[in-house]
Amino acid sequence: MLGANGHWENAVKRLEGKVALVTGGTSGIGAGTVERLCSEGATVIFTGSNQAAADALCAATGARFVKHNVTDAAAWEGLMADILGQHGRLDIAFANAGTESGDGSIEDIGIEGWNNVIGVNLTGVMLTVQHAMRAMAKNPEGPVGSIIVNSSMNAHRAMGNFVAYSVSKSAVIALVKAAAVHSGNRKYQIRVNAVLPGVVETALIVNLINKSGDPVATRAAYEGLSPMGRMAAVGEVAGMVAWLASDEAQFCSGSEFTMDGASTAGMNGV
Amino acid sequence: MTDLGSLRLKGRVALVSGGLRGIGLACVERFLAEGAEVVLTDLQAPDSEAAASTLARLGQAASYVQANVASEEDWAKVLAAVTERHGKLHILVNNAGIDLTGPVATTSLEGWRRIMSINVDGVFLGTRTFVPLMEASGAEVKGGASIINVSSIMGLVGMSEVSGYNASKGAVRLFTKSIALEFAEKRMPIRANSLHPGFVITPLLQEGFQRWVDKGVAKETQDLVDMMASKTPIGRLADPSELASAVFFLAGSDSSYMTGAELVIDGGWTAQ
Repeated sequence: MLGANGHWENAVKRLEGKVALVTGGTSGIGAGTVERLCSEGATVIFTGSNQAAADALCAATGARFVKHNVTDAAAWEGLMADILGQHGRLDIAFANAGTESGDGSIEDIGIEGWNNVIGVNLTGVMLTVQHAMRAMAKNPEGPVGSIIVNSSMNAHRAMGNFVAYSVSKSAVIALVKAAAVHSGNRKYQIRVNAVLPGVVETALIVNLINKSGDPVATRAAYEGLSPMGRMAAVGEVAGMVAWLASDEAQFCSGSEFTMDGASTAGMNGV
Repeated sequence: MTDLGSLRLKGRVALVSGGLRGIGLACVERFLAEGAEVVLTDLQAPDSEAAASTLARLGQAASYVQANVASEEDWAKVLAAVTERHGKLHILVNNAGIDLTGPVATTSLEGWRRIMSINVDGVFLGTRTFVPLMEASGAEVKGGASIINVSSIMGLVGMSEVSGYNASKGAVRLFTKSIALEFAEKRMPIRANSLHPGFVITPLLQEGFQRWVDKGVAKETQDLVDMMASKTPIGRLADPSELASAVFFLAGSDSSYMTGAELVIDGGWTAQ
C-alpha cells in the first residue's frame, strides 16, 4: 500500500513496534490514516461499523478491525482489554470517528440531532482519549504515547448550518488541552494534540458533491474554501497524523495542528 | 523512531539564516541528513573559529555566506551565492533572531529598532529576496517550495518584560499568514508557515538566562532551566533537534496542504 495515495516518498518504518488505535477507520481520513500507519510499520487496530469496508481495508493493509461504536461507553473496556491482551501495549490513538448526521442551524436542529453529533464528536472523543490514556499509562516502559484528535478548521470557522458539528470540533480542542495538561501533571510522557484539517476530498464529500443539484458549482464552492483552490487529499492529513504519532513530535503536546490550505489564515469571505 | 536519514529532501536546496548555532544549526544538520544541499548564513566571518570548525564538520553539501539578515545588501549577496552555486531554492528557514528583555519604560529606541530590524526586517528581506527563485524552484517539487519563519510562543502569548521580543515574534506570525494567502491565491508554488518553539536549550536561551543570573534572579542558569522545565507540562525543555524535526516536516512533501499555519512545539506550555 506504500504510496497508494501517491503522496509520500521514501517512507521509512518510523512507527515500527508501535501499536495504534484508529476510531472511525473504515473510510475517509480514518482509512487513509490506517493505511499510512501500517505502511510505516505500526500494528493498527481500527474501529467502525461498516464490516464490508473494514474487510477490504484489512486485506489491503494487514490492519485489524474491531466493530465498535465510540459512544458505547460500556464497550470501551472490552476494546482496550482486547488490544492490551493481544498486543501488550498502546502507543498511538487517533480519535477520528465523527458525524454530522442530524445537524442543522441553531434555529432548526432537533434535540436528537444535537445529541447524536455531540455524542459521537465530543463524548466519543472524550471516551477515546480517556481509555487511550489509561491504556498508555500501563505501557511496560512507563506512561508514553501519542493521542491525536481529529478536530476541524470549523473549530475556528463555525458553520451556520452545522451548529453541533462546529461546537463539537471547538470543544475537543479544550479537551485536548485539558488532557495534555493532566498528562503533564501526572508526569506522563503521553502527548495529546489536535489536527484541524480543512475540507478533505473524502468519499463522503465526493458523494455530497455528486448528489447536489449542481455538482460543478458545489465542487467549486468546496475548492474555493481554500485560497489554494483545492481540497486536501486524505493522504495529506494522514501524513500529519503519522508525524504526530512518531517520535519526531516528542516535544509537541496540547497543540493545534492546522492543515487547511490557508483557509483560516485570512479574513473569512475575502 | 524518527525518519532521520530518509533522504526525503534529496535534490532540494535549503537556506537557513542564523545557521551556525541553536535551532538554525539543528535545521542545517537535519536537512543534510535528509539529502538536501544547504546554504547557511550567519554573522561570523567564514574563517572565524566558530564558522570554520562547523563548516568543516558539515561537509561538502553545506556552504556558508556571511550575512546580516537586517541588511538589504547582504541579502543580495546571499541571493547571488545561492544562484551561482545551485540556481534554485526549495526551502527557506528565516531563523536568525535575537532577544530583548527589560521593563518597557527603560527600553531604548535603539534596542527596540535593533530587535525589529533582525527579527522582523530579517524575515521580510529573506522572503522578498527569494520569492522569485522559490516560485520557479517550487514548481519542480511535490508540495512546492516552503518558507518556514521562526516565531516563538512569544508570538502567541505575552510575557512580562519581553515586550520587544513579543512584538517582533507576533509580527512574524501575521507576516507569515499574509504571504501564505498571497502565494496561495496567486497559485504560486510556495507555502509559508510559522514555527512557535517554546523553551529550547539554545545558546540564545543560555545567554538570556545568564543575564537573569547576573541580575540576581537566580544563582545559576541551571536553576532557571529546572524552573522552566517544571512549568512545562512535558517536564523538560526542548532539544533543538526537536524543532528541526518540525521544520523538516514543513519543508517536505508530507505538509503539502499546510500553509498559513502555526506549528507550536512547546511541550504544552501554551495549553495551560
